[in-house]
Amino acid sequence: MAMKKLLQSEWVSRLVDVLLPVFAALAALFVGAVMLLFLKVNPIEAYKALWDGAFGSSNAFAETLVKATPLLLVALGICISFRADVINIGGEGQMIVGAIFATWVGLTFTGLPGWLVITLAMLAGFAGGGIWGGIPGLLKAYFNVNEILSTVMMNAIAVQLMNFLLRGPLIDPAQAELASKIPQTARLLEAFQLPRLIPTRLHLGALIAVILAVLVYILLWRTTLGYRIRAVGQNPHASRYAGIKVQRHVVLALLLSGAFAGLAGATQVFGVNYRMITDGSASGFTGSAGFNGIVAALFGQLHPILSIPASILFGALLVGANKMQRVVQVPSALIIALNGLVVVFVVSSEVWRRRRQKRRLAAAGQDDESSPHAGGEKSQQAETDA
Amino acid sequence: MISDLFSTTVLIGILASGIRLATPYLYASIGEVFGQKSGVLNLGIEGQMLLGAFAAFYVALTTGNLWLGVLVAMIVGAVMGLAMAFVTVNLRAQQGISGIGFYLFGMGVSDLLFQKLLGTVETVKGFPKIFIPGLSDIPGVGEIFFSQNLLVYIAYLLVPIAWFVLNKTTLGLKIRSVGENPDAADSLGVSVARIRYFTIILGGILSAVAGASLSIALLNVFQQNMTSGLGFIAVALVYFGAWKPAGVLGGALLFSMINSLQLWIQVLGIPIPSDIAVMMPYVLTILVLVAAVSRVRAPSALTKPFERED
Repeated sequence: MAMKKLLQSEWVSRLVDVLLPVFAALAALFVGAVMLLFLKVNPIEAYKALWDGAFGSSNAFAETLVKATPLLLVALGICISFRADVINIGGEGQMIVGAIFATWVGLTFTGLPGWLVITLAMLAGFAGGGIWGGIPGLLKAYFNVNEILSTVMMNAIAVQLMNFLLRGPLIDPAQAELASKIPQTARLLEAFQLPRLIPTRLHLGALIAVILAVLVYILLWRTTLGYRIRAVGQNPHASRYAGIKVQRHVVLALLLSGAFAGLAGATQVFGVNYRMITDGSASGFTGSAGFNGIVAALFGQLHPILSIPASILFGALLVGANKMQRVVQVPSALIIALNGLVVVFVVSSEVWRRRRQKRRLAAAGQDDESSPHAGGEKSQQAETDA
Repeated sequence: MISDLFSTTVLIGILASGIRLATPYLYASIGEVFGQKSGVLNLGIEGQMLLGAFAAFYVALTTGNLWLGVLVAMIVGAVMGLAMAFVTVNLRAQQGISGIGFYLFGMGVSDLLFQKLLGTVETVKGFPKIFIPGLSDIPGVGEIFFSQNLLVYIAYLLVPIAWFVLNKTTLGLKIRSVGENPDAADSLGVSVARIRYFTIILGGILSAVAGASLSIALLNVFQQNMTSGLGFIAVALVYFGAWKPAGVLGGALLFSMINSLQLWIQVLGIPIPSDIAVMMPYVLTILVLVAAVSRVRAPSALTKPFERED
């Protein structure tokens, strides 16, 4: 009968767990409303413009999904690395390098059929991001270099690499002739562009991202590799005793995480812009998806499937922010600030989750280990063990 | 043209601007040393810097009072620090990720206010150079060390002060014990929470001053995201400097000298692509982290929230 009681409380606390990020988002929107009042803007009007911009028409919704696509891909990578307790802040740089690799493929193999080039380019993007994530992985695993710092540095290096390549070796031949020399590559052939799903800008990348979300879920919870990655994140010492090669899995987690971000960069080029262009900054190319993907993943509780609605939500915020800027003249930077608050609120609310988890574990008579930020993990474990 | 680099005037120029460019790193990294020594990793420095830079710039521009600008920046930094302390100490949130949240928040808010209140890039008359009587007349040395503005001098003064506080005072002992063994410190009656509140708020204030030093003493402008990764480098310098103020000074100088060299290479038109030159300091940081990190041990309780055993 104790079992039944546990199940009941388990359900309730699981529900609260799922709702916590929603509260976090509402709290962030509330703070945003206060900030809007300070700027002498009617928050209701502003948020209405935000909503209209994101969901007001089928075109708006398609734009939301277009924006959500790179967020989801980055978020999938974040799910993997954060589950391994590896903090990947390098999404921006990984997106850029993935895009560079993919663009190079698209501009080089012009004689091959479209489907083949698209496939190769996506794989190249995956590989490029993987390399850019794998380097900090190696540095962390074998040289004990804090991955947060190294991934941030890799972001800065990637930006300069992009600027260098687009001003020199990869510059559009047409621009090279002109005095303006806009730092951009040539446009991809039409045959190489990701097909559109409906007559909007929504492209195949969105579908790929959703399929990959399912695959990442399977990877993390239905394969030995995924189990090991999560075990390393939960308790590296115990994992080592259990014979898991911790360092190798740390590298792998960061590599995979970077690879998904790289794919996000590749889909941006092949699905949205059809060329790479730089304004000198990282966000000029990525739209800060490398950071916002982290927000989406945390919001989705580091769960690949929950990351889908989370990405759509943040895609909506980004698209809606543009409309808000036009209608009530509030710079879209507000949304960056709110995203930051969501992150702070979500990680802060972990304290309640942990407390309940502890109670659950105590009830189940298991000994407690301080759990990583990942959260929700132990209950998953308990469920599969049962 | 490479030989231009070795003329005396250019060398003095490189060194003088190197000394100057180390200023924001010094403020931010010294603040971070206090935080990390007490067991708290503050990754929100960049956001605090941006807010501090904007606050100082805006106040200086509208009132013409530079010190009022610094003061307002310090208050903004303290408030950010207070929020971060609450989140990491009371709510025991994961420090790395919440720091990124504060970074995004600071970046967004400073950008928002910039667009709303200023709209365009303006310049302000920043802190003037102060020529230290006598010393500034020494050829070469005078120009490099003794012809800087006040915020630069204060930054360098902070190094021995931080060393003294951390190593020679009871407060410093408490900070270090809280970062090494919070349980023991707690059992001896040291309030872990209070010490961490103090170091995190101090870090927020110093980061904001670091930002102010950029916007009203070194560059005298404010632009969106003008720190461009400087705050993260400041965190890296703490690892490089092995959590010692003198080590941080060494790292900050090395870094700013490379940066200064890179700027002069561009000024002199030496044919190295500017993108590659700009990349160098970041590559260097990674190499330095590889070399530095395996050699020293971080404070034991770094990033670990404290929870009293009951």
